[in-house]
Amino acid sequence: MQIYLPIAEISLNVFLLLGLGGAVGFLSGLFGVGGGFLMTPLLIFIGVPPAVAVATEANQIVASSVSGALAHWRRGNVDFKMGMVLLVGGFIGSSLGVWLFSILRGAGQIDLVISLSYVVFLGIIGILMLIESLRAMQRRRKPTGRRVKLHQHNWLHGLPFKMRFRKSKLYISALLPLAVGIFVGVLAAIMGVGGGFIMVPAMIYLLGMPTSVVVGTSLFQIIFVTANVTFLQAWQNQTVDVVLALLLLTGGVIGAQFGSRAGARLHGEQLRSLLALMVLAVCGKLAYDLVATPDDLYSLGYLVSE
Amino acid sequence: MMRRLGFAIGCVCCLWQAGGEARAQALVADLSRHLVAVTTGFVGTDLLLFGATDGEGDVVVVVRGPDQRDIVRRKERVAGIWVNRQEFPFSEIPAFYSVASSRPLRDIADPPLLARHEIGLNHLRFNPGEVAPAAVTASFRDALIRNKQRLGVFHDRLGKVRFVAPRLFRTDVHLPSNVPTGTYTVTVYLIRDGEVRSAQTTPLVVSKIGIGARVFEFAHRHAAIYGVLAILMALFAGWLAGVVFRKP
Repeated sequence: MQIYLPIAEISLNVFLLLGLGGAVGFLSGLFGVGGGFLMTPLLIFIGVPPAVAVATEANQIVASSVSGALAHWRRGNVDFKMGMVLLVGGFIGSSLGVWLFSILRGAGQIDLVISLSYVVFLGIIGILMLIESLRAMQRRRKPTGRRVKLHQHNWLHGLPFKMRFRKSKLYISALLPLAVGIFVGVLAAIMGVGGGFIMVPAMIYLLGMPTSVVVGTSLFQIIFVTANVTFLQAWQNQTVDVVLALLLLTGGVIGAQFGSRAGARLHGEQLRSLLALMVLAVCGKLAYDLVATPDDLYSLGYLVSE
Repeated sequence: MMRRLGFAIGCVCCLWQAGGEARAQALVADLSRHLVAVTTGFVGTDLLLFGATDGEGDVVVVVRGPDQRDIVRRKERVAGIWVNRQEFPFSEIPAFYSVASSRPLRDIADPPLLARHEIGLNHLRFNPGEVAPAAVTASFRDALIRNKQRLGVFHDRLGKVRFVAPRLFRTDVHLPSNVPTGTYTVTVYLIRDGEVRSAQTTPLVVSKIGIGARVFEFAHRHAAIYGVLAILMALFAGWLAGVVFRKP
């Protein structure tokens, strides 16, 4: 059954979109990630214009991060104070990102920048995750009784504007989470992702937050950052397709439930190594497309009615 | 576009008067529908174009959408990856163009005549937005046509006009699911002995209708409110999912 998407201006199969939402939802439930980094390239692949894919995906992530954040909030795993600081950065960053997006689109470089950002960040995160999870698997086989320090102290702890984050057991400069928020906000706007896959490692390794509150806090701030992206994209570029978003999130929420149930049966390290392989596969495909000679060297810009 | 329409109508009138064949029109044609509604379930459509001539001759049907501007970009390899490096703007590009004829065009008329009426993909005249060597303009122009063909909005349907009787002809006009909206002109030419003997232009309106049209209109007219509503919808859906699937 075909459905005509009013903003994307193409007809696509309803079940394909529901299935796509479901499959990505399953994976995101399984691995505890937003899934935006998979969905946006897939949407572009099935013919949705990149600008519409990025903006619509932000809208869908609002929904998926709300249900995720609610679950973490009930368990008390959200550091609201930290979330607010990240959020301020996220607002600045995502507004900057949407503005940058319009400029790059006009210059004809947006597809390249989207692909390059994906390749670079998925590549780095994928490799780091793979190494880390393989090490963890080895450690599990040969257990050592070494106590791990809460976090390492370095020059970052000498920055001004120190703030106390009770829930995260941290006393650090507010500039640090602010900068992380800005950086991830820019990427969220340009790549059409929530940014959890960059935010979570940044929170653990850069800010030194305890793992228990990391996912809940990042989801909490992703709601607001993606909502900001949705609003700005809808307002400035008219690229949010609510019909497409509704279909994807319907499939997504159902898929995520099955995913999280399946995830409960697997070990954390196994999950992370699987996720790492998936991230690297997406990265490899995009990298190949950048390097391989295209079928046609010429492409069209954006259409403007006269 | 009105200019073109006016020109075509003018042509018809002139031919009609000058031809001295006032007793009967040389060409009569009509479309099965003059309005194509792009609804939520739209998957493309076929229109029937039919008509009659007053005798010998070839029939050419040109369907032309509203004019657009666009930019054609050319990729070059920079440090191993393909990057858009050159760009060339064009205007007066028909959003949709389809040509059908009863025989191959080169057998019907000479290139100057085809060029004058913009009949055939290689006779389309776009307005280049820059001054450049002819070879450069031509390569971007060809690329534009190639890309439009790949998108399915430029068609070459030579030989697809069929004569069902010596003087009765018919052809299908195919509009794909991504058909651009706007006012189209459908021009039917009767070409005899290498001359246009008669031409007739009919309008065709392609417009979005139903919920999809309202969503599109709302998204453009009240962009900020649309954005807020999109967020509220997502918040509600997320909350609902959280409540429904809440683990005991």
